[in-house]
Amino acid sequence: MPTLSEVLDGKEICICAGSGGVGKTTTSAAIATGMAAQGLKVCVLTIDPAKRLADSLGLEELGNEARRVDPALFEEQGVEVKGELWAMMLDAKATFDELIARQAPDEESRDRVLDNRIYQQISSALAGSQEYMAMEKLFELHTEGRFDLLVLDTPPTRNALDFLEAPKRLTQFIEGKSLRVFMKPTGLAAKVTGRGVSVALSVFKRIVGFDLLADLAEFFNAFSGMVDGFQARAKRVNKLLADPGTCFLVVCGPQGEPIDEAVYFHRKLVEAKLPFGGVIVNKVHYPADQLRGEPEDLPATLAETLGDEDLARRVAANFSDYRALAERDARNIERLANELSTRTVIRVPYLDEDVHDLAGLAQINRYLFATGEERVAMAAGRA
Amino acid sequence: MIVTGKGGVGKTTVAVALGLRAAAEGKRTIVCEVASQENASRMFDHAEVGFHEVEMEENLWSISIDPDESMREYVLLQLKVRAMRDMLFRSRIFNYLAAATPGLKELVTIGKIWELAQLDRKIKKGRKYDLVIVDAPATGHGVGFLQTPRTFANIARVGPIHSQAKQLDRLITDHEHTGTAIVALPEEMPVNESAALERDLRDEVGVAVDRVYLNGLYPERFSKAEAGRLSGLAESEKGAVKAAARAALSEHNRARSQRAQLARLRRRVEAPVKTLPFLFEPDLGPEAARRLSRRLG
Repeated sequence: MPTLSEVLDGKEICICAGSGGVGKTTTSAAIATGMAAQGLKVCVLTIDPAKRLADSLGLEELGNEARRVDPALFEEQGVEVKGELWAMMLDAKATFDELIARQAPDEESRDRVLDNRIYQQISSALAGSQEYMAMEKLFELHTEGRFDLLVLDTPPTRNALDFLEAPKRLTQFIEGKSLRVFMKPTGLAAKVTGRGVSVALSVFKRIVGFDLLADLAEFFNAFSGMVDGFQARAKRVNKLLADPGTCFLVVCGPQGEPIDEAVYFHRKLVEAKLPFGGVIVNKVHYPADQLRGEPEDLPATLAETLGDEDLARRVAANFSDYRALAERDARNIERLANELSTRTVIRVPYLDEDVHDLAGLAQINRYLFATGEERVAMAAGRA
Repeated sequence: MIVTGKGGVGKTTVAVALGLRAAAEGKRTIVCEVASQENASRMFDHAEVGFHEVEMEENLWSISIDPDESMREYVLLQLKVRAMRDMLFRSRIFNYLAAATPGLKELVTIGKIWELAQLDRKIKKGRKYDLVIVDAPATGHGVGFLQTPRTFANIARVGPIHSQAKQLDRLITDHEHTGTAIVALPEEMPVNESAALERDLRDEVGVAVDRVYLNGLYPERFSKAEAGRLSGLAESEKGAVKAAARAALSEHNRARSQRAQLARLRRRVEAPVKTLPFLFEPDLGPEAARRLSRRLG
């Protein structure tokens, strides 16, 4: 099985994807730290990180721009970093505003868009705009070429699919191809398209009100000068995502549901012809290999060693609970590896303490970046 | 009853447990899933329920609310004529507008929840429910979903949808009839996010949270003194004894750090916190939900 360093060798972009609650933000930060430790100049783009994780990276006053994590922080925690670690928190609305400013032919069209109520809604609230802006920022940073590697922590989506389709959906939305023509009541379309369209429009108007329809029309008109620019850009973003220099890592947990979602997400990546690098399973209950087949006399042995039958019974019961979880995890991970037909399944054990500082990230990295032999040794060392 | 929280904290399990409890008390209850993930029906090993009200157990029903189906139903209720509705949905322009209007999908989804909660159901032969439990979508960013009616009422200043959006906002903020619970985990990030969620729900949506469920709390199986003895064992022994001692120490450490998180949560949220135990079970089925339901109180 290749190590994570081998998977990421020569890559310029690493995208961590997966459902919510599986430790994506922490994993992204750990990967970025690990690659920076090896000497690369790395930037991690994250959304809404844990406050203490942000604090530990020196991120608290960060806006929509990359800042370097103070190397002294690493030294304090005894982590050696040969390269540079940069980090930024993505602000979807600010990124969208910047994009509009760049694409608008003049100030007037820019302001028309920025002031539009529909725009204000979609730029901050429309499902997909966050994902789209994450891609946009990624593209921008990649084009600037300041970093060896960009690590993207994708936004939590209800459905992993949303995130892949967001750029397409949003561009189609902005394009508003058919719509702009229809919106003008005296337009050509009103004459040629006939009753179907006018009924559809009038029913829609009846439901949402004329007001909203007028805002929509205004929105599309305001955007009309920028459609080509947006299309061209979206195409380049899509090309970048499919580039062999990009690597998608699927992050999941060992329970049945997250595993199902990882399988589903992997299938979507393959269908979209996007470069899949491997899967990272967090919070795995590690069994020691040699402990398959629990000695039957464990409670007795424990009682003898401890000289306390009650404690021995509780220790044995706890062990049996842990083993049941470890066996479930092993079964689920095996299923995952089979379904994905991949050898790159990286396990990070369920650590005793929550991870929210650089020392914690370094601890995770022992597992994320372990070689095959190190993995075997670590698995045997923990039970 | 709205059950909310970030992804992966066990919202569905808690929603189903609440449903089981209410059903056991004789209330006709329906659990609504919103993100069409069908986790509830999976918990009962039931086939996908889709956009139908399906009985899982006595008094307990389940539905997966699909926004497109909700939209079709809503438009039919507005137009009254099925053929006209179908014509409309074949129109590209209508589909385009529906997709382009920000928040419309969320709005019709909440509209369906409202419809389910009516004693005088709008759909034909609609069943009457005593309690509707909403397994709300994971809060990615703040309170988006629950805020939709308010936002929408502001965008659409006139027309039928304006008044309907206001009505839905009233449903969400009607503290006499609608309760809200947040599900959290005893970890750093989920605790922070639950506190932020409670604040945002109050300040931005006008919803007071009734209860925070801290899910997955490890039992305190070993005392500090016992942990001391076990750590000696983990050093000196080999094989299964060493492994068992290590597992016990892990349990002890996690239980302890979780108690610290529980204390933080209690300090940081206004609503009362109720703990739910971690279940040492490989897969959580209806039995697990039933056991949790007895702990809900």
